[in-house]
Amino acid sequence: MTADSLAPPRRLGNRLFGRPELGAVVGAVAVFVFFSVAADSFLRPASLGTVLYAASTIGIMAVPVALLMIGGEFDLSAGVLVTSSALVSSMFSYQMTANVWVGVGVSLLVTLAIGFFNGIMLSRTKLPSFIITLGTFLMLTGLNLGFTKLIDGTVSTKSIADMEGFASARALFASHLTIGDVGLQVTILWWIVLVAVATWVLLRTRAGNWIFASGGGPDAARAVGVPVTRTKTGLYMAVAFCAWISGQHLLFSFDVVQSGEGIGNEFLYIIAAVIGGCLMTGGYGSAIGSAVGAFIFGMTSKGIVYAEWNPDWFKFFLGAMLLLATLLNAWVRKRAEAAK
Amino acid sequence: MTALVKLTGVSKAYGHVRALEDVSLEVHAGEITCVLGDNGAGKSTLIKIIAGLHQHDRGSYEIEGAPVRHASPREALDHGIATVYQDLAVVPLMPVWRNFFLGSEPRKGRGPFKRLDVAMMRETTRTALRDMGIDLRDVDQPIGTLSGGQRQCVAIARAVHFGAKVLILDEPTAALGVRQSGVVLKYVAAARDAGLGVVLITHNPHHAHLVGDRFVLLRRGTMTGSYTRDGITVDELTREMAGGTDLEALAHELRRPAP
Ligand SMILES: Nc1ncnc2c1ncn2[C@@H]1O[C@H](COP(=O)(O)OP(=O)(O)OP(=O)(O)O)[C@@H](O)[C@H]1O
Ligand SMILES: [Mg+2]
Repeated sequence: MTADSLAPPRRLGNRLFGRPELGAVVGAVAVFVFFSVAADSFLRPASLGTVLYAASTIGIMAVPVALLMIGGEFDLSAGVLVTSSALVSSMFSYQMTANVWVGVGVSLLVTLAIGFFNGIMLSRTKLPSFIITLGTFLMLTGLNLGFTKLIDGTVSTKSIADMEGFASARALFASHLTIGDVGLQVTILWWIVLVAVATWVLLRTRAGNWIFASGGGPDAARAVGVPVTRTKTGLYMAVAFCAWISGQHLLFSFDVVQSGEGIGNEFLYIIAAVIGGCLMTGGYGSAIGSAVGAFIFGMTSKGIVYAEWNPDWFKFFLGAMLLLATLLNAWVRKRAEAAK
Repeated sequence: MTALVKLTGVSKAYGHVRALEDVSLEVHAGEITCVLGDNGAGKSTLIKIIAGLHQHDRGSYEIEGAPVRHASPREALDHGIATVYQDLAVVPLMPVWRNFFLGSEPRKGRGPFKRLDVAMMRETTRTALRDMGIDLRDVDQPIGTLSGGQRQCVAIARAVHFGAKVLILDEPTAALGVRQSGVVLKYVAAARDAGLGVVLITHNPHHAHLVGDRFVLLRRGTMTGSYTRDGITVDELTREMAGGTDLEALAHELRRPAP
């Protein structure tokens, strides 16, 4: 048997082109240069803290949403789940006059249970995740408003700022640190840690291998013994876990929670993941890419303010960037899949 | 010698569709059992039962003499039965080495720091493929960039590497040209020579006769014949497959009318 009896394998041109983040990094540099020229205050150190904070609030959720997308699924309930998580801890602590940490713990359990529900529904019904999480999205939206009005009489919760454990919980979820002129929110730290852990899991663990396979070829994966449904359920619970972190940040930075908040944010997470190189069809993407996507979001949303433009333009930018990123990704995929 | 895999009188229905009716088959170590049949004959159903994707309704399924009933592909794999599906063989966007180890990833470290042994995985993939005679320059390329034949070969090499006792191949040559088919058949023979029992699904009697030791013919879910290599020639096999008299009738129909 000779090796030369096989056609020589085609190489994927330049290695760099194989990186999912490539398009996002190019985009991030372009956006950075653009606002550096367009807005004088953009380059001030203080602005960096603001941009990073905006990026981190989206970025914390973009990480698990990117993993989920690599695993081949969507979660439209991610945005309101953040609010649900904040509402549960706030209302539980207030109603039970418990230490806020008890509420925070209960909220973690409830939020993870909702993620588990999404995963189980997906594997049991075999319906597209778009439909299932759209259902969860609507149900949670209703529950958030309904319960808050029922219990507190208004659309926002009562302040829990004077309750036991509030100070320590705030330190963990909503403190900030000032270095020189730069104010850095603790969410930035959470974000960096999550990106690092997610990258390690994706690239260096068995679970990561299973995530790529569950999205890129679920039937092939199942045939070689990969527990595809378990992997996907795990991913929904990862989304829930990060929604819990975001929800606690929301609660402890404002003391009160607006029950109607979070609607529409699920798309920002998805946009960050897609700009960061995740394929809508699954099986390809990176956690670092989602961070670059979130950073582009942060720069654009704040850059427009620094440039003193009407913020209405923001959505246009976001949309244009999404289209460009998707086109680039489609091109990358075609190269990667150039079979036969 | 007991058969590695033995099916006796196996039947399977999908709702009202009777996909298989009273089919028997044997797979022995170091031999190739070919399953032949037209489209919809039930070939894929048969191997899905062996591979643990479906369960049989009636009949018996034995592995080395012991009756089994696989609830999942994982269980079949644990019994040493590896399956290579024409279109399900690999995850195209993943690198070759990740595909090679998918579902059986070696790990090092302990507790929460348990991680893939990446260097070993890359190296093992390279050597395992080289041992099968496949020389890839870069095991990091997405497996989708390989040709169809190469992908089949990687999947076969994987089964051999993980110590499969039985290798099932669903139409490995269906989408391939003559030359690529030849290459794949060589790896099939290599797997046989390594002592595996092979089940080869095909609707090409010529491919089957080139490598097969036993032949099982299916038509519309029923077994229409079971032969050993000495018992049948290529021409007979071809005729049997096309349904014998059916083919003669067809030939008669297609004949030019006498002027
Ligand atoms: N999941 C399923 N549900 C219902 N019917 C099915 C299913 N899978 C196969 N069938 C039916 O069972 C019969 C046998 O199908 P099978 O796929 O085993 O044939 P095959 O011999 O592999 O054909 P081909 O050469 O086209 O691959 C067909 O009539 C098919 O329509
Ligand atoms: Mg078939």
